[in-house]
Amino acid sequence: MSSSEASLAPGEYHHIEPEQAYHAAKFGMWIFLITEIHLFAVLFCVFAVYRFKYLAEFERHAQTLDWKLGGLNTIVLLTSSYFMVRAVDSAQRGLNGNCKTWLNFTFLCGLIFLAIKAFEYDTKFSHYLGPSTNIFYGLYFTMTGLHGVHVIAGMAVIWWLRSLAANNRFSTTYYTPVEVSGLYWHLVDIIWIYLFPLLYLIGGIK
Amino acid sequence: MSEAETANDKLNYLNCEKGFLSWLMSIDHKRIGLMYMASMFLFFVVGGIFALAVRTELFSHGETIVNAQAYNILFTLHGVIMIFLFIVPGIPATLGNFLLPLMIGAKDVVFPKLNRFSYWLYLLGAMVAFFALFMKLDTGWTFYAPYSLENSRAVITATSAAFILGFSSILTGLNFLVTIHKMRAPGMQWGRLPLFVWTLYATAILQVAATPIIGITLLLLILENALNIGVFDPSKGGDPLLFEHLFWFYSHPVVYIIILPAMGIVSEIVPVFSRKPIFGYKALVYASVGIAGISLLVWGHHLFVAGMSNFARYLFSFLTFLVAIPTAVKVFNWVATMYKGSISWDSPMLYAMSFVFLFLIAGTTGIHLATLATNAHYHDTYFVVAHFHYTLQGGAVVGLLAGMHFWFPKMFGRMFNESFAKFSWLVLFIGFNGTFLPQFVLGMQGMPRRYFDYPPEFEGLHRISTIFSFVNGLGYAMVLGNLLYAAFKGKFATSNPYLSKSLEWQTDSPPIKDNFAEIPRVTDWTYSYGATQ
Ligand code: HEM
Ligand SMILES: [Cu+2]
Repeated sequence: MSSSEASLAPGEYHHIEPEQAYHAAKFGMWIFLITEIHLFAVLFCVFAVYRFKYLAEFERHAQTLDWKLGGLNTIVLLTSSYFMVRAVDSAQRGLNGNCKTWLNFTFLCGLIFLAIKAFEYDTKFSHYLGPSTNIFYGLYFTMTGLHGVHVIAGMAVIWWLRSLAANNRFSTTYYTPVEVSGLYWHLVDIIWIYLFPLLYLIGGIK
Repeated sequence: MSEAETANDKLNYLNCEKGFLSWLMSIDHKRIGLMYMASMFLFFVVGGIFALAVRTELFSHGETIVNAQAYNILFTLHGVIMIFLFIVPGIPATLGNFLLPLMIGAKDVVFPKLNRFSYWLYLLGAMVAFFALFMKLDTGWTFYAPYSLENSRAVITATSAAFILGFSSILTGLNFLVTIHKMRAPGMQWGRLPLFVWTLYATAILQVAATPIIGITLLLLILENALNIGVFDPSKGGDPLLFEHLFWFYSHPVVYIIILPAMGIVSEIVPVFSRKPIFGYKALVYASVGIAGISLLVWGHHLFVAGMSNFARYLFSFLTFLVAIPTAVKVFNWVATMYKGSISWDSPMLYAMSFVFLFLIAGTTGIHLATLATNAHYHDTYFVVAHFHYTLQGGAVVGLLAGMHFWFPKMFGRMFNESFAKFSWLVLFIGFNGTFLPQFVLGMQGMPRRYFDYPPEFEGLHRISTIFSFVNGLGYAMVLGNLLYAAFKGKFATSNPYLSKSLEWQTDSPPIKDNFAEIPRVTDWTYSYGATQ
């Protein structure tokens, strides 16, 4: 297990071999994703508690949400996940140019998602519906807001990956950052896939 | 694995780079561990001073030195500092950081820069916490709603601090988990892993699994204070009991984040000072993981009298009893290890044995609290206060001190004054028991916790407690003074003064920057003392 420092790819630490670093980074990201799941799991539990307690109100409030916009956002995020997969694939082949293009598309999807969300928030505010209106809206803004923060964090990471790709840093032997960031982006996507039916659909559509 | 005299002999991790920045920017796990240790004990002293202030107020009935409101602020400051800044980062951040890579034969943790980032986050969190402390925070460290919706500014600041500190804790746990999985030296199989590393592993699982729960709970409390989202506010249909459930879902397991590594330290010390192999290695491993697992299922015992169904009460009571089983397994195994050993009573061993003794008291009184009928009487009395101080201080802090004495020559290449160490141990031991034993009785007599005043009947026991609390404080001053002096001026130590067999002692003391001149090959179990010795 002696480390041959010369063969290390960029971004690796001095004391471990690239192969080991790759598996470590992936394992670390999976653990991090577990923590994120636990984070949102509590919100789901809290939502369940209050939905059970105030069933009729929750159904009534759910109907004020625009499931079409939520659905559109679902499509946008799913598409972004597809772009992300292509970005990872390109990085694994060492095609930095392609990788950058796919990352651009992913980033753009993130922007569109946020724009739609902002529009939705705005219509709620203009009807004087905000986080303090009642528990349903409190949870709606908390859950979508926290998810939005995760989208923004993911976009920041994608921006950083873009610059790495622009500098031709990825190769067939070194693509760890794209791959683990991809895992993260998929998680953000999956959380939305649960949020969408929970908030918009269950009891929402008449 | 030789103690070869190399050109590096004089160059070590302490003197290889100089200057304040070389420490703050260091990614060396050993330096990070020491920085954690220095910062944490600084906060410990501050928290200790608040504790003495609390005890001083309780010396006499009626108002003694502060009024009721100041008293509430004082015990809150004490609790917040001791829990969030001192004992939760506790052993993993200090000795864990220092020793984990050395014990598994690695050059560093797997993500050294992340490790440095965790420390920075810890400093940031501490800074934010101290801001909150100036804002008249008086909720107690538990932030129970709806009272914590009254003083929004202070509560938002304090909970933000706890959130940041939680993030730091998660990243440390993540780093340790991946390190243990991916960085073990050749031959360091799971079955050869030192028991301290096993407890760090179980702890890391809890850090990763449970800390996000408190993170989001505190975030909800922050949003409740900032935006009135309603979830914990009864006036808006929210449920304050929900906060208690979510809070304890993390805050009970955190007890084991705190205590498991201390048990690991004892498991390292007992075989060395008994010159015998550890008894029941596998049982100790399963017990650690078992304790971690069960601890996730018992949070309800904090809400027995807060309101829940009888079925839930029976269930949580029963599950809490179960924790005693793996805990007892550990105690029996330590005792069995010592049986017919040739025991030497150096200061690390004294601390380890007092850990066993004090933790036994903590555990058995825990059973009283887990029993429904007695809990109704003891709940929120000084009995609980005594119980958790026996666990946190008698257990975790004493365990940490055991480890600090044991690995001191490893860390600094110097030796503290052993007879002074034994003497200060005695002062500490007497001071501690003198402070908290009377509190069990106070609790049984009905003295409620978190009260600034009491009827004259309780005065005698409170006085004893207060007097001994100063002895306790003196003990700490002596212990820390001895170690601090020795770190700079102590006599040079031999590289393995306690003749331990584990890997961390098979390199220079203090270790070179990259721990090992070459990565060791492990061919043997760590605990083969005795015949082969
Ligand atoms: C055998 C192990 C243990 C058992 C059976 C146990 C049981 C309990 C129970 C049932 C309570 C609730 C008391 C009440 O309702 O008034 C309690 C409270 C508490 N325990 Fe433990 N415990 C154990 C170990 C620990 C450990 C290791 C620690 C800390 C290191 C700890 C710290 C606390 C604290 C801080 C409280 C006070 C909670 C409050 O603010 O009311 N316990 N324990
Ligand atoms: Cu508990």
